[in-house]
Amino acid sequence: MKHDIDRLVTAALSGVESSLSRLLTIVENDDKDVAEILKTISPNLGKAYCIGITGSPGTGKSTLIDKLVATIRSKGLTVGVICIDPSSPVTGGAVLGDRIRMEQHYSDDGVFIRSMASRGNYGGISKAVGASVALLDAFGKDVVIVETVGIGQEGIDITKLVHVTVFVMAPGGGDSVQFMKAGILEVSDIIVVNKADLGADGLVAEIEGIVAFGTTKSTQPVVQTQALNDVGIEELYGVLEKQRNDYLLGDTQKRSEFMAEHRKKKD
Amino acid sequence: MAKDDLSEILAKQKKWEKGRLKEYVTEFPERDILTEIPTKTIYTPIDIDHSDYVKDIGFPGEYPFTRGITPTMYRSKIWPMSDYSGFGTAKEAAERHKYLLEQGNTHMAVAADIPTQLGYDADDPLVEAEVGIMGTSISSLRDVEDLLGDIPLDKVTIRGSTSSLVLVLWAMYTVAAEKKGLPINKMSGVGKPDVMDEYLGRGTYIFPPEHSLRLSLDFVEYGLKNIPNLKYEINSYTIHEQGSTVVQDGAYSIATALFYLEEARKRGTISLDDFAARFSQHTAVHTHLFEEAAKSRAMRRLWAKLVKERYNPANPKALRCVIDPNTGGSVLTAQQADINIIRIALEILAAALGGCTVIAPCSYDEALTIPTKKAVTMSLRAQQIVAYESGVCDTVDPLAGSYYVEALTDQIEKEMLDFINKIESRGGMMEVIRSGWLKQEISRSAYVKQKALEDGRQVRVGLNKFRVEEDTTFELHKPNPQLLELRKKDLKKLREERDNTAVKLSLETLKKAAQGSENLMPFLQDAVRYYATIGEITKVLKDVFGVYKPKPITF
Amino acid sequence: MAIRILIAKPGLDGHDRGAIALAMGLRDQGMEVIYTGLRQTVENIVRTCIQEDVDVLGLSLLSGGHNHYFPKILNLLKENGMDRVLVIAGGIIPEEDGKNLKKMGIKEIFGPGTQISEISNFIRENVGGQGT
Repeated sequence: MKHDIDRLVTAALSGVESSLSRLLTIVENDDKDVAEILKTISPNLGKAYCIGITGSPGTGKSTLIDKLVATIRSKGLTVGVICIDPSSPVTGGAVLGDRIRMEQHYSDDGVFIRSMASRGNYGGISKAVGASVALLDAFGKDVVIVETVGIGQEGIDITKLVHVTVFVMAPGGGDSVQFMKAGILEVSDIIVVNKADLGADGLVAEIEGIVAFGTTKSTQPVVQTQALNDVGIEELYGVLEKQRNDYLLGDTQKRSEFMAEHRKKKD
Repeated sequence: MAKDDLSEILAKQKKWEKGRLKEYVTEFPERDILTEIPTKTIYTPIDIDHSDYVKDIGFPGEYPFTRGITPTMYRSKIWPMSDYSGFGTAKEAAERHKYLLEQGNTHMAVAADIPTQLGYDADDPLVEAEVGIMGTSISSLRDVEDLLGDIPLDKVTIRGSTSSLVLVLWAMYTVAAEKKGLPINKMSGVGKPDVMDEYLGRGTYIFPPEHSLRLSLDFVEYGLKNIPNLKYEINSYTIHEQGSTVVQDGAYSIATALFYLEEARKRGTISLDDFAARFSQHTAVHTHLFEEAAKSRAMRRLWAKLVKERYNPANPKALRCVIDPNTGGSVLTAQQADINIIRIALEILAAALGGCTVIAPCSYDEALTIPTKKAVTMSLRAQQIVAYESGVCDTVDPLAGSYYVEALTDQIEKEMLDFINKIESRGGMMEVIRSGWLKQEISRSAYVKQKALEDGRQVRVGLNKFRVEEDTTFELHKPNPQLLELRKKDLKKLREERDNTAVKLSLETLKKAAQGSENLMPFLQDAVRYYATIGEITKVLKDVFGVYKPKPITF
Repeated sequence: MAIRILIAKPGLDGHDRGAIALAMGLRDQGMEVIYTGLRQTVENIVRTCIQEDVDVLGLSLLSGGHNHYFPKILNLLKENGMDRVLVIAGGIIPEEDGKNLKKMGIKEIFGPGTQISEISNFIRENVGGQGT
């Protein structure tokens, strides 16, 4: 087993996609090998900027990610995307349909897209997701994006696995009250109001109201986008970049403060 | 019906249900009968008591047209018989069309291959696997000239289901007619400006919906001004074949036509009365005689009511819903395929019982391949037997007054209106297509149907019941293996022989016009006259309009 | 361990009723189904197989281009070390062509009217049984 893992890791490090893919499968299926794989790749960890994108179905997350990936690529960075869809609680099966919205990136060597089913894990996030993010990080992706359906608990869990969590909403979804209750707005780092052309002002006001009563020191930026029309994507990228730089460039003191706050938000 | 009579029937019915019926079903319980509209053991006058003969059923040829669009229907004229034919080169297809016309068809339905429908020339490397397979390969006016050959265009109606490029194809038809010395206003045809189904299940979309709509309305406008005998087809056939219910088929048909009327109204240059009078509803008719007959009757009544309510047209023809179906191919089986001809005959009968205007049948080998000559002849004969030997043409709307069929008609009309309201409350046709909602509804119905087949609740003879071990006993159409090379040679020759300067100029002029809002027909006619190819023309339009990216369905 | 299957439609054929019904049906049978929509190029199909590390590839084609597209896909899978993937096909494929395609590596061809349960049983019985 170890010999196989070494072989796969070496191949993946030299850019063989099918090896990376195989490791992702092993990690998804096989608990006992996960620890070993993580150990083998640990020297390569820590370079990727990990973004979690969550929000209810119908808010346009996948389209948003499609456009964001295009923007990231235009800056010369490579991207790994993990799309998580719910497994049926009855049959255990799933239709993994998010990657279809990223078709423009299928032939781009700098983009790796992987679909995962939640496989009945409470909170929608399995141990495998964390390990998968690590794999994409270790194998050279500058940015790793995890897309998941986030209502209540499911959305909050992702925040533990990534550097920054983006929560996507859209007008008319009737979401706001639910999220106030679930506290998800407070643990998100950035809030996106997509489909802003449908009338975002009311929703933005509500969000800013909720955020003002939050327990964190900083207030989350709210970005309005229209993913289908390529509006607001550059702005979102800018906000993501700033948060990353704040994290990286800040001095040790600031960094630990930031991480402490970050951790506080999540607990 | 007199109140006393009704209460007597009701009382007797209750007695029968509690007595004779109950006794009988204890020994012979009713089977699990699967229908789209829940169906009872019997129907009585009580089921249609709410209906007023004069108001709701009426007389044929008059509002609300439930019984038919003309006063005598088939008693005066048997319905015109059509085909849907196409494969290979234009010359090969022309032979098949001519043969069928000689055998009694009066309509020539041109099936263009997929590359043509998507705007690719036959020599484009992207499409080499699909040239001339699912239809006729048409890349330029030359092919249309070969296709139409010496067919008398003033006696034959041309139909076809290509919609994104309907304007381009009709540019070719009209220029071909002109060159043969036939005045355009003497042509007869059915063109399909309806692009919605392209996005929903036909998969042959090209441009984003707003631009396709512009081309559609250009086509409508041109036809209203220049071709009196041109009808505009709304295609719900695809929807029904993609798995929708009978209700969704009819509702989609009407909702789409209403949508185009609205868009035409916004454009302002099109006479709504005249446009409404020219629709041809291309539905799919399956084998359930009664649901299908009721669907057609309900469609006519609902169309008349809605158009009157919304537009109150001066032209009485605008209130007539003309239904020109195809028999449904999706119920045909590859197993024991010979027996499909019986299904086709039932579908033709269902269409005739519903008072349809033109009927186009599938062929029995359709589940396996492009129909052979023998197969299309059998389908034509089936139409002729139903028309001349079944009695369906002896009186108008023979099923009227049947308690079952009238109750069914009422129920289907109600459900169609519900569905139309759902579409409109969700933002209208364009929006429900863009959002994927409509596709999802249809996919859901399709899945339910599939499960019913797998459970065996829906019996499909030969497929899930009464199966046999078998070999294919009939000849299959064999595509011409030299086809692609032939087409490449044709196109090479064409590009060498034509006036390339004129082509270039006409394409530039077309581009400018496409960027504006003029009707593109004259510009397209110019381009095709100089033998610009479909690929060259489509590329220009794609440059201006962009390309459509579908929103995937969520499962 | 769920079976991962990609259902792909190569070429220009726009009829997806069967493919969508199959996706739903296999999900109901407990599989993880990736459906990538219409008009997929050979390269995109194979790349998706690689990235998703699928156990099964189901090709759906009703427009007659199977002799053109399927061999290309099979070769490209082999070149990328993916010949352990179980490749099956559905649609309208004449028997003669079907025989040849099976020799090339399409494990089974399902014609019109095949039940979804038949396909899912076949997959369960044959998955993981080829290549290295």
